[in-house]
Amino acid sequence: MKFTLHIWRQENARAKGHFETYPLEGISPDCSFLEMLDILNEQLINDHIAHPVCFDNDCREGICGMCGLYINGRPHGNDDGITTCQLHMRKFHDGDDIWIEPWRAKPFPVIRDLVVDRSAFDKIIQAGGYISTTTGGVPDANTIPIPKHKADMAMDAASCIGCGACVAACKNASAMLFVGAKVSHLALLPQGQIEAADRVHKMVCKMDELGFGSCTNTYACEAECPKLIKRQNISRLNRQWIGALFGRDRK
Amino acid sequence: MKLDSKIPAGPLAEKWTNYKASQKLVNPANKRKLDIIVVGTGLAGASAAASLGAMGFNVDIFCIQDSPRRAHSIAAQGGINAAKNYQNDGDSVERLFRDTIKGGDYRAREANVYRLAEVSGAIIDQCVAQGVPFARDYGGLLDNRSFGGAQVSRTFYAKGQTGQQLLLGAYGALSREIARGTVKLHTRCEMMDLVVVDGRARGIIVRNLVTGDLERYAAHAVVLATGGYGNLYYLSTNAMNSNGSAAWVCHRKGAAFANPCYVQIHPTCIPVHGDYQSKLTLMSESLRNDGRIWVPKKKEDAESIRAGKLKPTEIPEENRDYYLERRYPAFGNLVPRDVASRAAKERCDAGYGVGTGFAVYLDFADAIQRLGKDVVEQKYGNLFQMYQKITDENPYETPMMIYPAIHYTMGGLWVDYELQTTISGLFAAGEANFSDHGANRLGASALMQGLADGYFVLPYTMQNYLADQIYVGKISATTPEFDAAEAAVKQRIENLMKNSALRQAQGPASLKTVDHFHKALGKIMWEYCGMARHTESLTKAKKLVSELENEFWKSVFIPGNANEFNPELEKAYRLEDYFELAQLVIDDAMHREESCGGHFRTEHQTQDGETLRDDERFMYVAAWEYQGHGQPETMEKEPLVYEHIQIAKRNYK
Repeated sequence: MKFTLHIWRQENARAKGHFETYPLEGISPDCSFLEMLDILNEQLINDHIAHPVCFDNDCREGICGMCGLYINGRPHGNDDGITTCQLHMRKFHDGDDIWIEPWRAKPFPVIRDLVVDRSAFDKIIQAGGYISTTTGGVPDANTIPIPKHKADMAMDAASCIGCGACVAACKNASAMLFVGAKVSHLALLPQGQIEAADRVHKMVCKMDELGFGSCTNTYACEAECPKLIKRQNISRLNRQWIGALFGRDRK
Repeated sequence: MKLDSKIPAGPLAEKWTNYKASQKLVNPANKRKLDIIVVGTGLAGASAAASLGAMGFNVDIFCIQDSPRRAHSIAAQGGINAAKNYQNDGDSVERLFRDTIKGGDYRAREANVYRLAEVSGAIIDQCVAQGVPFARDYGGLLDNRSFGGAQVSRTFYAKGQTGQQLLLGAYGALSREIARGTVKLHTRCEMMDLVVVDGRARGIIVRNLVTGDLERYAAHAVVLATGGYGNLYYLSTNAMNSNGSAAWVCHRKGAAFANPCYVQIHPTCIPVHGDYQSKLTLMSESLRNDGRIWVPKKKEDAESIRAGKLKPTEIPEENRDYYLERRYPAFGNLVPRDVASRAAKERCDAGYGVGTGFAVYLDFADAIQRLGKDVVEQKYGNLFQMYQKITDENPYETPMMIYPAIHYTMGGLWVDYELQTTISGLFAAGEANFSDHGANRLGASALMQGLADGYFVLPYTMQNYLADQIYVGKISATTPEFDAAEAAVKQRIENLMKNSALRQAQGPASLKTVDHFHKALGKIMWEYCGMARHTESLTKAKKLVSELENEFWKSVFIPGNANEFNPELEKAYRLEDYFELAQLVIDDAMHREESCGGHFRTEHQTQDGETLRDDERFMYVAAWEYQGHGQPETMEKEPLVYEHIQIAKRNYK
């Protein structure tokens, strides 16, 4: 297959970026999107045309959350329920123009080319996205029975990979789906109840402080989430938040 | 080099209890005066850092990714073993211990494995307390499934994303400590060297991957939790950035490297389909609970399938060869990984392979008929989806195609019972050490070992080491040893970059990318030191690797410069280490003239193609000591003494 690639190039966080165009031929339809970029980079290096295109990637099986490209206007490209590394060239037409950009959101500054800094997500988790346990001294696992449907819902929420597609998809760069997923995962479990009110309060405050925008309920995040995390998690986040505001037992 | 495994005295079942009762401790006020470096944020690293931080030590933790949650533990699919006996099917600590020793083909240390089985239950308790959403049954209690090499159901799981959920649990615990200030996080930082002062590990040199700056960190002890070296083979189930370099620089500084030839080849991966391919995707072992593995019985059917003239669904039952069920009726499709991999290779080499000729079928038609599509989807839905996205084939309708691929390395830094390497103060945990799996790891045991090391072993054994370190005071990072280590790293990077600058001036014709060499190295290792090894193939591999390394130094080209975000440079220095590591893997494979677990020497097999051990000559751990670049390494033996278990032929028939 043959493509014309338009790729965002930006030397570092302070430099001004621009689109660069590269023609590419002889790509197998079974090639993954990132393997296609590998082939481009191999050519750029061999021909000394330019510094290879930098893009984050690691597991290449859709679970680490490291890769994330904005492809033809969609985070992770034109397929549902996948990450960029799981996108294959058979999803494109021969001769297509492909526009490739990094996530664009103020809390995710560009490091180089298509690589962005997502440490803001770590900071939100550090604000309270966990159950406080120290190692040892916990009860036997089966002393906490959990209804299967609750456990399954918690699992679905917990399957978030922290890639940032929800933020990139949102016109306001809101992180509500990311935060909602973590808040829901823990709030659905009895173990998570004890700190629930504090947790939601701290995570939402941190999210606001880091410059993520507000949610205006367009659900682009849900449409683009590679793990199909549902918008109901945002509703649950809102309910938890209101509960925390009016709860009397919160510090 | 003197190997002292420091196995505590007493009966096997009491060793760990006795150790804990008599070890030295550090008082709470002194803990905050002690600094610990943890390299790696996977299950072992994150759990160790979170536990040590919570105890009050000052911890610095490093990872090469943009977040600790990306470590490759996240990709483990199937599950985690624990001797809980929740299914009332006869499981016990003793049983898990025996299965693990037997699974490792009697090449693991009894005391370590027993301790692993002993703490396994506590891991599940810990994870549930953290909110890990394990699968449950309708009564609300935890569910289990079976994995290879076991006749009980002891595997806990969270859909096909168990590694992800366990890692996020450890990441949560780690995040809490970061917020409390006991742990300091350093992302996009790569360990480039270990600093040894007066025989003790005292710090590391790291490269900031964003700026290219070299930075120094000093501590009273260093924990290495940097995973395995499977990417030596280029195509593997490992993540692209997983590498063996952090362990290798420790080896260069004097840490012995044990059993490097023990490499695990996983039987159920999506087959190779093209030269541009960058990685192989694993299909979880849990699929073998319900999937049946087969190839056509008739060669002509296999040929027609390969030519695209026949579909697998068109082959009637009587013309299918369920070769695992045929050869191993007792364990069937759930034989351990090494056995299943070799059996697949045997069939494909004999001409019965499908797809490109290097693939076999993993068929769910029976399971779908027996359980219904919904149940199968609930159990394996995400794996089926993953398969379909990659291959464009629907596994509900046609059998999956699978083939073995490099997955895990049982070899690693030699450690004693305390998980301390041959360098004082340097500890190794998780896949980075060699300790618990012998010559073959059982499925769902890597997660168990990583978390056992981090949550329940290191927090004890490190105190034993650190107890007298309170008299040393703060470790300085401005000593000559740090200067020398940093200068050496700088020199190493300059050598790589300098050559590239020269080469650029010569013009493009003679240049090749780092990946070009990595792929070539992987092909050599897979072909001649992979699933089957032979004196001749190993001799050939050694020669080819040397030639390739010379070629690498002559014509590799790294664009850009060292003081910027430069992934090509990262790949280059990791590959430089792989060249040395490859030689050691080959030497170790050459010297071990027996077949055991993942190490299969074709000269040593039974009449029906099973591994043939030589317990008299090889019942030991081979610990190698570095002697300088290009020099053959020297080997020390740690004899394996089995006091508790009866040595037997490993039989799954």
